[in-house]
Amino acid sequence: MEIAVFWVAAVMAVGGALGVVLQRNPFYSVLALVMHLIALAVLFLLLHAEFLAAAQVIVYAGAVMVLYVFVVAYVGGLEDPLRDPHPAVRATAPLFALVLFVELAIAILGSSLKAIDTHGPGLSAGFGSPAEIGQLFLTTFLVPFEAVSFLLLVAAVGAVVLAGRDEGEEELVSQASPSRHKPGRPLADDRPVF
Amino acid sequence: MDVAWYLILSAFIFCIGATGVLVRRSPLVILISLELMLNGANLALAAFARMTNTHDGQVFALVVMIVAACEVVVGLGLIVAMYRSRLPMDVDEMSELRN
Repeated sequence: MEIAVFWVAAVMAVGGALGVVLQRNPFYSVLALVMHLIALAVLFLLLHAEFLAAAQVIVYAGAVMVLYVFVVAYVGGLEDPLRDPHPAVRATAPLFALVLFVELAIAILGSSLKAIDTHGPGLSAGFGSPAEIGQLFLTTFLVPFEAVSFLLLVAAVGAVVLAGRDEGEEELVSQASPSRHKPGRPLADDRPVF
Repeated sequence: MDVAWYLILSAFIFCIGATGVLVRRSPLVILISLELMLNGANLALAAFARMTNTHDGQVFALVVMIVAACEVVVGLGLIVAMYRSRLPMDVDEMSELRN
């Protein structure tokens, strides 16, 4: 049973990941990523990481993906253009990724970790439960917890500063546009409507 | 399932994400591919937490998720700012900082 669930979730995760990379429309990429994240949550459950799985579904597949969908809808279709200025670079990139995968596989399978070929040890009753994780966050990992909360605050303020529309911005853009765009390049007015 | 299978799967997802970062040209899709790489790392962390019967890997994975959320917020803010400034939505053409 566990093996069957693992393979179904693994195929869904890899399929979602391939969908993200291969879809030309970013909206479909985001939807493929949602499928990938849910499959990963199933894998987390198989690894007895219940709180991690719940956080994955609620925070990632819920909140972060909604943010992505909003931005895709706001910015528009943005499909990759067909004309590719650097075909050689694009062709070697999958080769590089394949070499990286082979290298990682050799590193994983050739490691001298004894427990890597086992199911994992027998676990205590509350392994992966929110109580255990929360206790660790408030005792052993208190400093990372506070650092990460400060990071979230900085990111929220940074996003408001980056994306906020302030008074002088429109003039700034109209002044800056001629120098930013080379003469022959069309401005973004012919952007496809999503 | 053996822990090794989870690690191989996480390496595979990481490599697919790396391909996406290298191949795609829209900054939005590059951000999504970065998410794939972070999730591959998260799967490896959860697998190691299962293997060693400790929670440290799971705590680390949660921190990675929070950092990923911060990265998404700042990255999407940058994309919206680029859109407002009418910059080209193509990482190959974004060379305003050169020279």
